[in-house]
Amino acid sequence: MSAGGRARIRAVPRFGHGSRVPGWDEAVDLTKPPAVVPDLNVTPVPPELRADIEAAMAKYPDRRSAAIPALHAAQELHGWCSPEAIEQVAAVMQLTPAYLTSVATFYDMLETQPKPRNDVYVCTNISCSLRGADEFLEAMHEAALEDVDVNVRAFECLGACDIAPMASVNGEYVGPLEPGDAARIVEDLRAGKPVLESKQLRYRKCVDPGVAEGAQDFSPPPADVPRADTAGLGPEGDTVDRPGPTAPIEIPREEAEE
Amino acid sequence: VALKILFDRIDEPGLNTLEVYRRRGGYDALEEALKMEPDEVLAQISASGIRGRGGAGFRMGQKASFLPHGDMEKYLVCNADESEPGTFKDRELMQKSPHMLIEGIIIASYAVDIHRAFIYIRGEYAHQADILEVAIAEAVDAGLLGERILGSGHSLTLVLHRGAGAYICGEETGLLDSLEGKRGNPRLKPPFPAIEGLYHGPTLINNVETLATVPAIIRMSGEEYAEIGTETSTGTKLVSVSGDVRRPGNYEIELGISSRELIYDLAGGPEEGREIKFWFPGGSSSPVLTKDDLDVPYDFDSMAKAGSMLGSGAVIVVDDSHTVLEVALKLAKFYAHESCGKCVPCREGTNWTVKMLQRIESGEATPMDLDIMASVQEQIIGNCLCVLGDAMAMPIGSMVEKFREELEAEIEAARERAAAGQLEDVIPIGVADEHAGPIPVH
Repeated sequence: MSAGGRARIRAVPRFGHGSRVPGWDEAVDLTKPPAVVPDLNVTPVPPELRADIEAAMAKYPDRRSAAIPALHAAQELHGWCSPEAIEQVAAVMQLTPAYLTSVATFYDMLETQPKPRNDVYVCTNISCSLRGADEFLEAMHEAALEDVDVNVRAFECLGACDIAPMASVNGEYVGPLEPGDAARIVEDLRAGKPVLESKQLRYRKCVDPGVAEGAQDFSPPPADVPRADTAGLGPEGDTVDRPGPTAPIEIPREEAEE
Repeated sequence: VALKILFDRIDEPGLNTLEVYRRRGGYDALEEALKMEPDEVLAQISASGIRGRGGAGFRMGQKASFLPHGDMEKYLVCNADESEPGTFKDRELMQKSPHMLIEGIIIASYAVDIHRAFIYIRGEYAHQADILEVAIAEAVDAGLLGERILGSGHSLTLVLHRGAGAYICGEETGLLDSLEGKRGNPRLKPPFPAIEGLYHGPTLINNVETLATVPAIIRMSGEEYAEIGTETSTGTKLVSVSGDVRRPGNYEIELGISSRELIYDLAGGPEEGREIKFWFPGGSSSPVLTKDDLDVPYDFDSMAKAGSMLGSGAVIVVDDSHTVLEVALKLAKFYAHESCGKCVPCREGTNWTVKMLQRIESGEATPMDLDIMASVQEQIIGNCLCVLGDAMAMPIGSMVEKFREELEAEIEAARERAAAGQLEDVIPIGVADEHAGPIPVH
């Protein structure tokens, strides 16, 4: 860990003897009566959020199962699981805000503190750290200092050790990364472009040498099937023609020269 | 010619679409299965001898046969919460061939008479989840899911459920709680999920790879599948090789090949001039093996005999440019962060292990600390509801055992550095740990 990385982390206030200073976690006011299930008729809920949550609840035999999808939807809308967001979910799902808060605090991808909009999760688990994830994380922290809208987090294994060290940028897996890629990620995010496209996992071919056997049997997919790269589902309305999974990855010239 | 069952021409463009998958003979196994009696399908699965690909290696046929018969709400849950460090095989499979998984789920549900199935996919796999969602919609439109599948009497609804980032949700009972909309805390077993699982109903939980193999078993027949691999570890296995190797990635191998072949011939071995120091044969939870164990066959029983486990089939190779301490600390921090906190031995044991390893780094430890550390690991194993604590205790215990000399040297060196005032401050866990986030909630 670098000094640069460390400085960005808020330390828990402690007494000299090591105990946490009371109130470090902004505990709830215990003298207040507990929050009850909010009334849907008086809680303003954005209609699209309500529709999303209700659609999620309809998929399960028990509506409570929709807690995670509902909190995801609320986080998407509000930027984080704010008290208002949780109140709205609670009203639609008819659960207490306390219950939903307990769920939201359990999962790493649900944030109960305000956060910048763009998420950069840098994997720092074993396989990635063996290949230099800590150096990349440091570089990513540096690069993000200039941009207030990037939330850089060290994350546990993201399940892409084949492209180690890697990161998930707003859900898009990119790797193998070098410290120099950090600035490019921030740049691409700012420009609203696909992030580090030449290093996106979605275009990576299987490395197993036996897989290509029988390749002569390959026939192109029917023309009327939308040319999704191995299901390269772009964002909705995305019409950019991307290389398919079996096409060689084209590295932009300026990058190749670097 | 290397046998590929799951990875057969997996990079074919458009394989994720129903059209290409069907043209390649996809869903033929489903049609065949629906012509058989459910018991016959289950018998084929049992005859194949396939063992669970998620980590425990329990026979799928046996697990499925535990489900009670009769008219009740039963559930099938596909565990796609692949979060064991080093494991990324299900990701590639779901991304490139989602229909293979869906077909396997439909056949398995038919075999045990289940009408509701869920895929619990980890929240980080956004791209793969999008692909599966499209594939499920395609299957529904084609009458492969829903009421009276392909004109048979079998119906199935399949729902994709996205998690939100928690390692513990890969543990089957933690997963069930999470799927029920709760914090993902593991449950007391027994009752096992096959008797009382999701929404208190009997539940069959299997890994992505296990379920995706089911169509092949039906196509080939269970007996023929059982011919592949070794007698007790049948079939092929997807292995994720990562860490210090030249060609990290997923390989489909026949169970029972030598580990050396896998690590050196397929994955390319460590960089020129480097040597393997140790390796995890089955994800970060498996006890480490050294370079002396490279000739152990890669199958369930041989790995167990060598004192480790095949686990999820994730080989992490560490070469001699890294210290044992560095890897041990990463590992312990991970489990300390991911412990759900329900059982004391795991919650405290993981955190104390991190502190003890940090003491080594900061030059405060003595060789006796290694004995204390080893005894802490022993106290964790078998004393919790789930195996998360064991998953740290086993590899850490094996590292202390196998690399005691190196750790002792490390302790001495750190003490000397500390005495000379050359050490950086070590940040105690929970204070400014990079994993703790704004508030350490776990």
